[in-house]
Amino acid sequence: MTNSSIVAQSLDAQGGFAAPIPVRQILPWAIFAGLLFLLAMYFIGVEEGAMAIFNGMYVHEFVHDARHLLGFPCH
Amino acid sequence: MGSLLVRGMIAGLLAGILAFGFAKVFGEPQVDRAIGFEEQLAKASGEPEEPEIVSRAVQASFGLFTGVAVVGTAMGGLFALAFAFFNGRLFVGMSPRTTAIIIAALGFLAIYFIPNIKYPANPPAVGSPETIGSRTQLYFGMIVFSLAALAIAISAGRQFFAQVGGWNAVLIGGGVYIALAALAGYILPPINEVPNDFPADLLWKFRVVSFGIQGILWMTIGIVFGLLVERSNAKTAH
Repeated sequence: MTNSSIVAQSLDAQGGFAAPIPVRQILPWAIFAGLLFLLAMYFIGVEEGAMAIFNGMYVHEFVHDARHLLGFPCH
Repeated sequence: MGSLLVRGMIAGLLAGILAFGFAKVFGEPQVDRAIGFEEQLAKASGEPEEPEIVSRAVQASFGLFTGVAVVGTAMGGLFALAFAFFNGRLFVGMSPRTTAIIIAALGFLAIYFIPNIKYPANPPAVGSPETIGSRTQLYFGMIVFSLAALAIAISAGRQFFAQVGGWNAVLIGGGVYIALAALAGYILPPINEVPNDFPADLLWKFRVVSFGIQGILWMTIGIVFGLLVERSNAKTAH
């Protein structure tokens, strides 16, 4: 038995390592929450710039500085 | 899974608050200087002044905070999803905190650092409005290529893990990632829309601040998320 597996087992007994979550259980969360998070990023990073859902420039102007500083293409 | 997501978002919000502080102190002066340059250019060419929809004061405070905090929180949530997928699957016997740090480091590298070497962040006045569509496509395209390269690199590293050991497997994975990312950077067209006479030191400072903001976001999420997961695991065990 290698050292790392001893460490792994002892940590396991303390509950330091949780078993991997089955992919089937992650998937619905990943789809719905993932979409929501990406949509939030879209509004900060792209809306009223390269693409637009709303007419106007308010969203673009409001988050303007964050958009530039986070590295999204702007203007 | 739900509680992992909440922890990711908490870590992300905290990261966003820290990154906002950094952006406010070090980033805003550069944004202001760049806007000053932009206005000078406009005046020199006789363009009418742009109407101000949101005042500079609001942009530099509430706007900046909203932007960085929302992106931070969303990053934290996506981070939690990635963590749920990789925890216990990356390498046998890796602790959740180590897994979280590795995801944060690789995420920063593949999603921000490498794509920004090819297409760096630009201050106001740099970049023409006509090319925003193609610039956005290329930027996100580079991120997609970089993530695909990372996925191939990780699976290559895992394949060789049993034969050559951990160190060499990581080197193989790293080599595969660098080669593929460099190839993508070589094939994709360059973008350079920096106006003549734009101050070089301002461009440099702006880009360094942008790296700093993203570094703080990723690092804080990796550290805080790992801490929160470890604490709750220890609680359920006792």
